[in-house]
Amino acid sequence: MIDLHGFGDQLLQGAVVTLELALASLFVGLILGLLGASAKLSSIAVIRWIANGYTTIIRGIPELLTVLIIYFGATSVLMAIAGLFGYDEYIEVGAFAAGVTALGLTFGAYATEVFRGALQSIPKGQHEAATALGMGPIRKFYRIILPQVWRIALPGLGNLFLVLLKDTALVSVVGLDDIMRKANIAVSSTKQAFLFYLVAAFMYLALTIISMVFVSYMEKRASRGLNRG
Amino acid sequence: MDFSVVVEYFPRLLEGAWVSLQLVIVSIVLGGVFALPIALARISPIAWIRAVPFAYIFFFRGTPLLVQIFLVYYGASQFDVVREGFLWPILREPFWCAIIAFTLNTSAYTAEIFRGAIQAIPEGEVEACKVIGMTKFQMYRRVLLPRAFGIVLPAYGNEIILMLKGSALASTITILDLTGMARTIIARTYTPMEIFLAAGAIYLVISIVIIAIFRQIELRQNRYLGTLSIKVPDKG
Repeated sequence: MIDLHGFGDQLLQGAVVTLELALASLFVGLILGLLGASAKLSSIAVIRWIANGYTTIIRGIPELLTVLIIYFGATSVLMAIAGLFGYDEYIEVGAFAAGVTALGLTFGAYATEVFRGALQSIPKGQHEAATALGMGPIRKFYRIILPQVWRIALPGLGNLFLVLLKDTALVSVVGLDDIMRKANIAVSSTKQAFLFYLVAAFMYLALTIISMVFVSYMEKRASRGLNRG
Repeated sequence: MDFSVVVEYFPRLLEGAWVSLQLVIVSIVLGGVFALPIALARISPIAWIRAVPFAYIFFFRGTPLLVQIFLVYYGASQFDVVREGFLWPILREPFWCAIIAFTLNTSAYTAEIFRGAIQAIPEGEVEACKVIGMTKFQMYRRVLLPRAFGIVLPAYGNEIILMLKGSALASTITILDLTGMARTIIARTYTPMEIFLAAGAIYLVISIVIIAIFRQIELRQNRYLGTLSIKVPDKG
């Protein structure tokens, strides 16, 4: 057994934080992705432009830069807004909140494209049938469109989640106590850099494998109505 | 927001952008060179030859690039053998550590892209080569690899964009690439939003140029397909 110099518990705590960050960002990103895809398919030009601007910018700049911009920028933006309401105290944006915002925005931009493809692949007849049954737009989306979109989008979203999981490491740069930062702390006190970064790498690999198993379970579940011999 | 700092420090940002480009170009070229043998080993009919590149690709695609950079930069110096070895002049330099980490990373992704392309070539073309009596080497050199190159282009363009964005991580090991330069300027001027947004804009412009270049190469490489797959916009 490898000697972790008593930092094993710390690293496990880091893994919990990494997972929390990934799941929270996933949740934000899925909502942004659905909104973005709907916006891209909107009949109103301005909404389409906004969605296109969002995906182009986020996909064109490095994730690390997004994390840094949100972390340093959110404070000044929030303080400017609070200032309008006469609140002058210093507002601190935590690493976790900044991380969820930055990674959620990133996931959302890529998920927008995945959802757009899926939404466009739903046959028009499905919309017409739902309308013919007297469903309103919300019920139609929730009961007919979304379950089918979900099935088609899942493989793409699964890939994006694996990317997201690895991007969480970037938030350690602004001080989140995730796997990466716990490893940094262990390294600075033990000088065993290779050992701890390798352990960190294998922890990410383990999370990746678990995610892959879970995604394939979800894919099976989502397409259980289809008879695939 | 005061954008005069952006104007004042713009030349420094461009210096950083040049470092980013060097990192991307060197690691993409080296990564491409390594990726080919890895991809060929990955589709070998012999199981143990397949296993090694599989493990390599799995490790480098399954762990964050940040971990890989730290493993090379901080990790290698843990061993006395390395510190006293002949490679130390290279492993001491953050720039070369970044190149090593990026190359290992991108060759894993690129190998998968190459493998997909080689396997996407229709079986009939392989059979045709055999019928004509080509050796395996001739078949790869004359038919499979040139064909794979055409298939690979869109995915390869994506990989270069991803590498450009990944190169921002070089700033975490004190390299003054575009992001590193931006962080240095911010430490002096304390105008994070202005400088970071300017850096983001430069990354965007570089990405757009890369995308445009790849469109051109794609049009040229796949010109034998005529207008079947590539739409040429009408002029006028």
